Amino acid sequence: MAEHPARVERPLSPHLQIYRMTFTFVMSGFHRVTGIVTYGGFLLVVWWLVAAAAGPNEYAWVQWFFSTWIGRLVMFGFSWGLIHHSLGGVRHLIWDTGRGFEPHEREWLARATLIGSISLTLLAWIIGGFVMGGLR
Amino acid sequence: MVEFTLPKNSRITEGKVWPAPQGAQNLREYRVYRWNPDDGKNPSIDTYSVDLDDCGPMVLDALIWIKNKIDPTLTLRRSCREGVCGSCAMNIDGENTLACTKDMAEISGPIRVYPLPHEKVVKDLIPDLSNFFAQHALIQPWLQTETPAPEKEWKQSREDREKLDGLYECILCACCSTSCPEYWWNPDRYLGPATLLHAYRWVIDSRDESTGERLDQLEDPFRLYRCVTILNCSKACPKGLNPAKAIAELKKLMVERQKI
Repeated sequence: MAEHPARVERPLSPHLQIYRMTFTFVMSGFHRVTGIVTYGGFLLVVWWLVAAAAGPNEYAWVQWFFSTWIGRLVMFGFSWGLIHHSLGGVRHLIWDTGRGFEPHEREWLARATLIGSISLTLLAWIIGGFVMGGLR
Repeated sequence: MVEFTLPKNSRITEGKVWPAPQGAQNLREYRVYRWNPDDGKNPSIDTYSVDLDDCGPMVLDALIWIKNKIDPTLTLRRSCREGVCGSCAMNIDGENTLACTKDMAEISGPIRVYPLPHEKVVKDLIPDLSNFFAQHALIQPWLQTETPAPEKEWKQSREDREKLDGLYECILCACCSTSCPEYWWNPDRYLGPATLLHAYRWVIDSRDESTGERLDQLEDPFRLYRCVTILNCSKACPKGLNPAKAIAELKKLMVERQKI
């Protein structure tokens, strides 16, 4: 009887390490990340509401936090995440009808989502922060 | 589950640099994934210099040139050399495609060649596609009918036949499925774009009478719905098909059949 060598443990071929990033892949990642960001952001909204219910001192404290630069950075990130995830949702709605899958369409949709979310976020901050005076 | 790194036995090391052929003027560098089941070592990247004046234009021509002229141990699948058999599917320059239809002039810099991603390697550029083909078999890719067979062929209108265009051309090369990160992370539960495209091909075949059962089989959080529209599949398909759209159509049919 010939001796059989021990079963060879086969390697796994490389994947993320070698695959050329596609724009639609990155955008899928953004959609998931902004979903998580939005989830966390609404915890801040809950915090704000709870503080408002708790009393003037607590409310003032939360208001102070949101007026610091780090608080504003967090709010900016939250607003972008919310807007980006919403536009991503619209993109998924279009796909759910079976449209938007042709090569130029899917690249265009991805680009439009990103450009749209960044411009809408900036617009919201300009209107809310400067025109309406939120940032004083 | 998402994996960012490769298992220990799969980490890639620097391999051999093969000397350039004597007197060659027009050289192109190839960096090719190697793994030999017999030497107990980790996979490595071998570097070859291909003499373009002595070699055809496609990546497959170069790989065969290397095998014939430099290193006969280089192992790969190939057959038709014209994009109809799907054997030479591999990862070239970071994208899955067929080596036989990939023009090396389209690639800048050294040409990096790996086996199809996130599969067990049999040897060098040959992945183990057993799971992929088992999934294809799972959706029962043949005509299923209940009415007695007609005397001659099953008839189909021109319009109904046209619905199969863009689907029947699939050659099961696995470029799409192995380009899909969701398939990388869930190969045991998500059927992947190629199998789902075939599932859709049978679901919309006007002659098939198992449509309901076929959709029942796909009604699962992973088998069908693990697709999150990353769209690498449609970008990778060397036949220009659109598996992502086929998956979207399946999802649509799932909703539509709930209407009473």
